[in-house]
Amino acid sequence: MTDTDTAPAIVPSFGSGVGTGRKIAFICSKGNLDMAYPGLILANAALGEGAEVHMFFTFWGFDMINKKTMGDLKFTMLGNTATHMPQGLGGFPGMTAMATSKMKKSLADLQVPGVPEFLEQIVASGGHLWACRMSADMNKLTKKDLYDDVEAIISAADFVELTEGAQLLFI
Amino acid sequence: MPVTTLNGQEIHVNEEGFLTDPSEWDDSLATALAAQIGITLTDEHWTAIRFLRKDFEEIGETPTLRRVSTVGGIPIKTLFVLFPQKPAKKMAYVAGLPKPVGCV
Repeated sequence: MTDTDTAPAIVPSFGSGVGTGRKIAFICSKGNLDMAYPGLILANAALGEGAEVHMFFTFWGFDMINKKTMGDLKFTMLGNTATHMPQGLGGFPGMTAMATSKMKKSLADLQVPGVPEFLEQIVASGGHLWACRMSADMNKLTKKDLYDDVEAIISAADFVELTEGAQLLFI
Repeated sequence: MPVTTLNGQEIHVNEEGFLTDPSEWDDSLATALAAQIGITLTDEHWTAIRFLRKDFEEIGETPTLRRVSTVGGIPIKTLFVLFPQKPAKKMAYVAGLPKPVGCV
């Protein structure tokens, strides 16, 4: 025999098959293109691991589910030192458009979908989308202004109630 | 790397149980691997598995769920029905491939 060992079949642990019991909620509060993705990617990954997933869109995060803006989120260098470019540059006309199109290209190169298509995938995977009542009221938006698969516009208290026992991530 | 016996044949697997040598895989082993995780393979399962094998051969890595859907043409919803809870990993396991490494 070599140094390998022969043992009964090793089977990966995929859980019981009746739900992992894990529940994760993502609060999306930002409307910048770069800040939309952490929630989308993590929610999608959580669904792929069998977790129950709820996404709550509030304040600027409403741009991710507002039919008018969801396909047109932007990335700006302004106020973001992580671009490692002189901050003054970011203020020139056209710089935000350029930075946005560059980021969209980088994402597309990695086969990462745009925001509407990403939400479609999350819903197809069993994720739940919720809109914040106060954000809707402040912006005078109703359910028909929002992405069709948003289940409802709910209050903060409703969200807290329906995520009882969940792990929470505020983005 | 451990060697394990399944379906009367010795296979090389990693510590989690995923095959480390895709060439040890064949249809009858797939059926046995699926049975290990409580799945009975139907034609629909096979469509997904064949896509995974073909894509791995061409690209050199296990496709993500999204890729199985967009390139392989099998809707995400269907994949969650065929391979419940953790479709990407379960498909990879049955197809005798490593876990997908992509995030999306």
